Amino acid sequence: MLDFGFMARCVPLFVKAAELTVKLAFWGIVMSTVLGLICALIRYWKIPVLQRLIGVYIELARNTPLMIQLFFLYYGLPRLGLLLEGTTCAIAGLTFLGGAYMAEAFRGGLNAVGRSQIEVGMSIGLKPSQILRHVVLPQALAVSLPVLTATAIFLIKETSVFSIVALPDLMYVAKDLLKEGHSTESNILLVLSYLVIILPVSLIFGWLERRVRFAGFGY
Amino acid sequence: MKESDQTIIKIHDLHKRFDQTEVLKGIDLDVHQGEVIVIIGPSGCGKSTLLRCLNGLEPINSGTIELNGQIITDPGTDWSQVRQKIGMVFQNYELFPHLNVLDNILLGPTKVQGRQRSEAKAEAESWLDRVELLNKADSYPRQLSGGQKQRVAIVRALCMSPEVMLFDEVTASLDPEMVREVLDVMLSLAKGGLTMLIVTHEMAFARAVADQVIFMDRGLVVEANEPEAFFSNPETERARRFLNIFQFEGVHKVQESL
Repeated sequence: MLDFGFMARCVPLFVKAAELTVKLAFWGIVMSTVLGLICALIRYWKIPVLQRLIGVYIELARNTPLMIQLFFLYYGLPRLGLLLEGTTCAIAGLTFLGGAYMAEAFRGGLNAVGRSQIEVGMSIGLKPSQILRHVVLPQALAVSLPVLTATAIFLIKETSVFSIVALPDLMYVAKDLLKEGHSTESNILLVLSYLVIILPVSLIFGWLERRVRFAGFGY
Repeated sequence: MKESDQTIIKIHDLHKRFDQTEVLKGIDLDVHQGEVIVIIGPSGCGKSTLLRCLNGLEPINSGTIELNGQIITDPGTDWSQVRQKIGMVFQNYELFPHLNVLDNILLGPTKVQGRQRSEAKAEAESWLDRVELLNKADSYPRQLSGGQKQRVAIVRALCMSPEVMLFDEVTASLDPEMVREVLDVMLSLAKGGLTMLIVTHEMAFARAVADQVIFMDRGLVVEANEPEAFFSNPETERARRFLNIFQFEGVHKVQESL
């Protein structure tokens, strides 16, 4: 039999932890998106040297576990004289990981916009920056959106690793409660908390996908 | 279809290479105000490349192109400016799939020319009305037929008020019954005095619309003449053989129907 009294007492703890998880995930996703877009554009424009560096970064970030990346940021950087606070460290780590995935997501979208679309933009006198903004990016975003959504959700779930840098996020709180017993109750609360955070995100992005598909696809 | 003496475009000794292959081997051509020039020739003869060079979509190797006396093949050319004067329509329409018909048309006038949306919209609507697509202003490209898309693409180029329009095989991707509606629009533009360079395989249309027919083969202008003279009595053997291809098809169909 579940101890509902215990669960009720724990809810405020989980709410507080969820706030932190949401905050970390939000900034991680925002920064990842910005970093990913910049990286994708550098590769799209084939900017010499930089595109090589970004290729290396993407492989490094995608092929190593976030936990190791966090260890490096949290325990390694201070030895180089750079001391990062826990939250900064977590957001930086999430951005490092997410930027690479976002870059790949954007790349697929950018490549899906044909050369002839750019040419017709040129032919009506649009400047390269206007072609990017009004012709290429809207179409690329529409194509990338499903992968961007998946990446965003993946990043929210990856925040569960942050307990290792002693941030009191959802996972941290749940692990703490495990020590006091009541493992089933705290596990249920943990799962519910993630669902409450992630489900709305899924629904919103799903709605967005249907909208841009109506406008953009199948011509 | 009256032409004046004023030369809008002057092409001199234009050469264009793709890697080792020379696609244009020294083209000379003058385009006068109000003139309709139809360029024909076998595929790979360089006619589409010539149009693309005029729109700055292909860098050239040597020679010059002048627009109203200004050499636009110089390195410092502001192509955004030039392209507002030389409009282009492509074979595959290339409407922006994420924008509706009206926004497709208004992107250039509002973003490039900085015109007021309301004023540009009035012009766009009057053009759409003229090509019988006003009721499609809010539709997305995917909701249109090929012929409708191409008419929108023509209006999109026209709304930049270009001095010259380039048409690159604009009916080549269309089903036969849609070819006519696009050609009719072009005929009416020609009658209105618009200067046009048209690359096409529609011979009957070429004969009807052209002030001058240019026959190209292997990167050179082989023959340039008035349409009646060219089609009824081509001067060169190469042009004769090319026209015979279409002639044979005509005879064949007549026999079949007997």
